[in-house]
Amino acid sequence: MELNLSREDAAFRDEVRTFIAENYPAEMRVPNPETDLTKEQSLLWHRILHKKGWIAPLWPKEHGGPGWSVTQRFIFERETSRAGTLPPLAFSVTMVGPVIYTFGNEAQKQKFLPRILSGEDWWCQGYSEPGSGSDLATVRTKAVRDGDHYIVNGHKTWTTLAQHADWIFCLVRTDPNAKPQSGISFLLIDMTSPGVTVRPIITIDGSHEVNDVFLEDVRVPIENLVGEENKGWTYAKFLLGNERTSMAGIGRSTRYIGKLKQIVKAEIPVDDPAHLEFLRDIARIELDVLALEATELRVVAQMARGMDPGPAASLFKIRGTEIFQNITELTHRAIGNFGLAIREHPVSANRFMPGPDYSHTASEKYLNARKLSIYGGSNEIQRNIIAKAVLGL
Amino acid sequence: MDIQFTEEQELLRSSVQRLLRDQYDFETRRKVVASEDGFSRAQWGAFAELGLLAAPFSEDAGGLGGGPLSTMIIMHEFGRHLVVEPFVETVVLAGGLIEHLGTPEQRQSFIPGIIDGAKIWALAWTERASRFDFANVATKARREGGNYVLNGEKTMVIAAPWADYLIVSARTSGDDRDRGGVSLFVVDRRATGIDLQSFKTIDGRRAAEISLREVRGQLLGGEGEGVAALEASRDRAIGALCAEAVGAIGELNAATLDYSKTRKQFGTTIGSFQVLQHRMVDMFIAHQEALSLMQHLSLNLSAGDPGLSRLASGAKSKIGYAAKFVADQSVQLHGGMGMTDELNVGHYFKRISSINIQFGDPAFHVLRYAQLDAAA
Repeated sequence: MELNLSREDAAFRDEVRTFIAENYPAEMRVPNPETDLTKEQSLLWHRILHKKGWIAPLWPKEHGGPGWSVTQRFIFERETSRAGTLPPLAFSVTMVGPVIYTFGNEAQKQKFLPRILSGEDWWCQGYSEPGSGSDLATVRTKAVRDGDHYIVNGHKTWTTLAQHADWIFCLVRTDPNAKPQSGISFLLIDMTSPGVTVRPIITIDGSHEVNDVFLEDVRVPIENLVGEENKGWTYAKFLLGNERTSMAGIGRSTRYIGKLKQIVKAEIPVDDPAHLEFLRDIARIELDVLALEATELRVVAQMARGMDPGPAASLFKIRGTEIFQNITELTHRAIGNFGLAIREHPVSANRFMPGPDYSHTASEKYLNARKLSIYGGSNEIQRNIIAKAVLGL
Repeated sequence: MDIQFTEEQELLRSSVQRLLRDQYDFETRRKVVASEDGFSRAQWGAFAELGLLAAPFSEDAGGLGGGPLSTMIIMHEFGRHLVVEPFVETVVLAGGLIEHLGTPEQRQSFIPGIIDGAKIWALAWTERASRFDFANVATKARREGGNYVLNGEKTMVIAAPWADYLIVSARTSGDDRDRGGVSLFVVDRRATGIDLQSFKTIDGRRAAEISLREVRGQLLGGEGEGVAALEASRDRAIGALCAEAVGAIGELNAATLDYSKTRKQFGTTIGSFQVLQHRMVDMFIAHQEALSLMQHLSLNLSAGDPGLSRLASGAKSKIGYAAKFVADQSVQLHGGMGMTDELNVGHYFKRISSINIQFGDPAFHVLRYAQLDAAA
């Protein structure tokens, strides 16, 4: 689906396309960028975008954003995801950055924002705990005031890429006697502080993406508190809204459907009845994507007119993740017997992997995609949000 | 139509249960899977000692005469414990082919080695372009004196790195997709001209790509009878894999139900949420239907009913979809924990994914079920 773009917007789209084509680093084009790149490699594109001034489309100009319109931001998001560029680290740019410039004090803005933009600091998210998944308001990690410091004790989990992180933004309980939502604060913690331990969690695809983070008597200076004490829940909700807006994933789904079509063409002869079945299944997914994309465009148009998108983010999260799960599943099926193989981690080109190149990451992506309907607020929770906020049930 | 097990069958079931309970807990299995071999010879020996490797063979062939029902009983328990040792490959597939197709000499020289646990077998039928079609064979065999010489490539051969012998499908006549020109051969896995490239499978087993260059093999069954023999063999393997899937489904449902009763969010157990209750009811129903169909198929396999092959495809499809639904929902309801390597839930998920690929996925088999009906 193409947008009906003004001449200026069309020129902007062409500029973005050209910039990606000319500048995206070749060494980032690996079979699975999410698992196969080193920290340094994954920051290459971040640094290029930073130099260009395009690293933080959502940010206001005064804090280092490009000053784009809603439509330009949408065009940029669409072009980068269509081209399959690795998005800048969301925890830094999309999540903690906006919290800091919206709720942080001047000193915090000065200290953190430039380093987020440049990629100098890598952030991870200290939200979930073993007992607090969907029900985030029950976080138990405690921060107790001791002079100029908080003493933090607790256990964060599912912390994505904490193994690379310089900083973690944490929800901590500062008032154990208040109602769950009222006693939470938003604290920034230096990962090199004594008492911070990161332990890998290996997932079913064999990769090391998430971690446990243990906090034992970690001393955090009080100047690392964002906003007011016990108001952290407000900031957390603000941030989760940002997380969910980007989950429709139209560009990514479109790209993977393209690959899937190539695989079906190569693997399944036209006279095999399975060929027609695959064409039909793919077409159904394409229609799902088309309908979701049309919905997204409708919401973007409303936002451009200044309307609040409301819980549209939940709709995008539900459908975007379900669609992508279907695509990875169909791709895994399309490669037939080769779906029995899976790459071993750490990934190495020296290790033998059977089957054609396009089959090599199908198993791990199929398995990894199961997380999509669980994280960022499970799809059950998203449905509850729509039931309550939209349908008034 | 609930099967009332005989005393012997009950004994078999309880002895397999006891053995696996005592020797095959999840942590032990994890160590075996991570070991260099990826399976346990000692465990295989224990299976032999208990008579499991003899159970399905006829008494004529030196077995215990338990047939497909004994396979069902064993594989159901193996599914519950995620057993990685190659029972299906060695006993059900290779053992079945030798018993049904072999000459008296071949039965005598190969079956005792299977029964006593000394020899492991793998079935090499898949090729780069074969997908799920037994007739799509490019590997060639030519006759030389009393023997045959094989040349070609086989792909995704499960258990090949563990095997002492392979049964290889190869073309003795016809074009690449000609049904009538495929024959089966017994090949020594360490024979000159065989090259293996091993790798790990999604469910923690080992498989290999096999290249055959001027490899000597002996014919198993008649020339050109390979496809029909493989189809009958697949029916038996489906009986085994369906039982294994049902065992895995049962464990997933038990684990998920248990988790939903203990995991608390929003001040209550997640099992108290109606949306999850209905999900788990559907998982329960899926298990009940799969269990019934598993029994129905095994009884048909025992009786050798004429519509057997169509039923086998139907069961592979229906049970495959049921298993996939239960596996998906078990991971979902376990939340992040379901995604971890640490918990067994993800390992059942992967085994079910593997079962659903082997010998054709649920979509392939529902189509075959329809086509065999239309052809009747």
